[in-house]
Amino acid sequence: MKWFRAITILSAAWLGVFLQAKCGITRTLLAAQLDVLPPLLVYTALTSTVGMVALVAVWGGLCLDALSANPLGVSILPLFVVGLAINRGRGLILHWQITARLALGAAAGAAVPTLTVLLLLTGGHNPLLSWGSVWQLLVMSASAAVLTPAVFKLFELVDCAFAYRPAGATSFRHDREIRRDKVLKEAE
Amino acid sequence: MASLTRAQYKIAGLVVVLALVLLSLPSRTADALKSVVASLFLPLIGFASTTDALAANAVDRLMPKRELARQNSLLRRENQQLRALLLQAQEQARENARLRELVGWRAQSAWNLRVARVVARDPANWWRTVHIDLGSKDGLRENAPVLTPDGLVGRVGTVGIATSQVLLLGDPNCRVSAVVENAKRDVGVIGPAGALRSDVVELNYLPLSAEVKPGQLVLTSGLGGVFPKGIPIGRIIDAAPAADEMHLKARVKLSANLSGLEEVLVLMQ
Repeated sequence: MKWFRAITILSAAWLGVFLQAKCGITRTLLAAQLDVLPPLLVYTALTSTVGMVALVAVWGGLCLDALSANPLGVSILPLFVVGLAINRGRGLILHWQITARLALGAAAGAAVPTLTVLLLLTGGHNPLLSWGSVWQLLVMSASAAVLTPAVFKLFELVDCAFAYRPAGATSFRHDREIRRDKVLKEAE
Repeated sequence: MASLTRAQYKIAGLVVVLALVLLSLPSRTADALKSVVASLFLPLIGFASTTDALAANAVDRLMPKRELARQNSLLRRENQQLRALLLQAQEQARENARLRELVGWRAQSAWNLRVARVVARDPANWWRTVHIDLGSKDGLRENAPVLTPDGLVGRVGTVGIATSQVLLLGDPNCRVSAVVENAKRDVGVIGPAGALRSDVVELNYLPLSAEVKPGQLVLTSGLGGVFPKGIPIGRIIDAAPAADEMHLKARVKLSANLSGLEEVLVLMQ
């Protein structure tokens, strides 16, 4: 089941990045592109191990950079750092509450692009930045906040559809046992 | 908060090393690796193309005959107008060739245009690029100009085997030498104008004495050797002195609609 979960999350990252590149409706309406990787990373960080967080960060980052003009590998570190921070603090986070999911999504949606842009600037690249970028950051953060509970719901549905069903509680009770055995009767 | 175990430290170290190695790769190797990773999206690109074609087919089937007849009549009329214009253009081309021969100028080479479909857009907000379905197997090379019938779109960046990246006008890595169609033929450089509007770019480094007015046409200047001369870029919106007051800068509304690009023409070399 671990492998199934890993493959599902990695496929979701692959598909999500493609949809992000294919659908330009938010770019037309809001002048900003949504980012699906931070919500996916929040889900992974809260439900899986550090190894899985690393795998999603590497795979998602590579997919994103391959379709973008980003230098290859620049998205890996921001995704991993944010994922690791959430994973480390997951014992303290009430992650089954929708408020916590919204807040984590918003924080990750703002932190990942900020760290990526900082890395780009550190590497001597010249990304397109202006005051309008603040608006884009707000849109990315808000959309990640909305998408995070949706990602949790989606994976819950996937788990329900493919996971083994839990065994039902048995109706056997000791005090209602009918004793027919001869040996037992003799013992009584 | 629990501290990291030894295995977790190893994983974190591995990710950091991998990212640093990828970031420090030579640009040729990084581009090749990028093309390989991008090719993993080819099945999805193919699936999306088929879905688009099926949807378009369904719309065509649903369209009433009256609407089709109206469109047909409009297209026939447009076709006749274009035929007349073609005759005129052919005559002008012959005249141009004769005059060039008389003066001894080198004849201009004819454009070899190929239609390409836009298959993906840049998923990041800080670049303006698209992916097209032409690659090195189609003979595409880096820096080939990309345009639409309305005007210039950009130039080809990284070339993959089946798909390529196009740097659009307004991307920080796509600079174009442009000339304003006025009496002084003022020359400047097209660059990005801001993160929000994809239909506006900035024409920088115009001389302070430039006579730039709203509505004037901006064309490629042919300087720099990447873009041929005379491709329309857009029209001037307004002009103002730059912050250093050493030159003028003007905002230009692009002729081509970059946010709604579906098909583009690539000028093959």
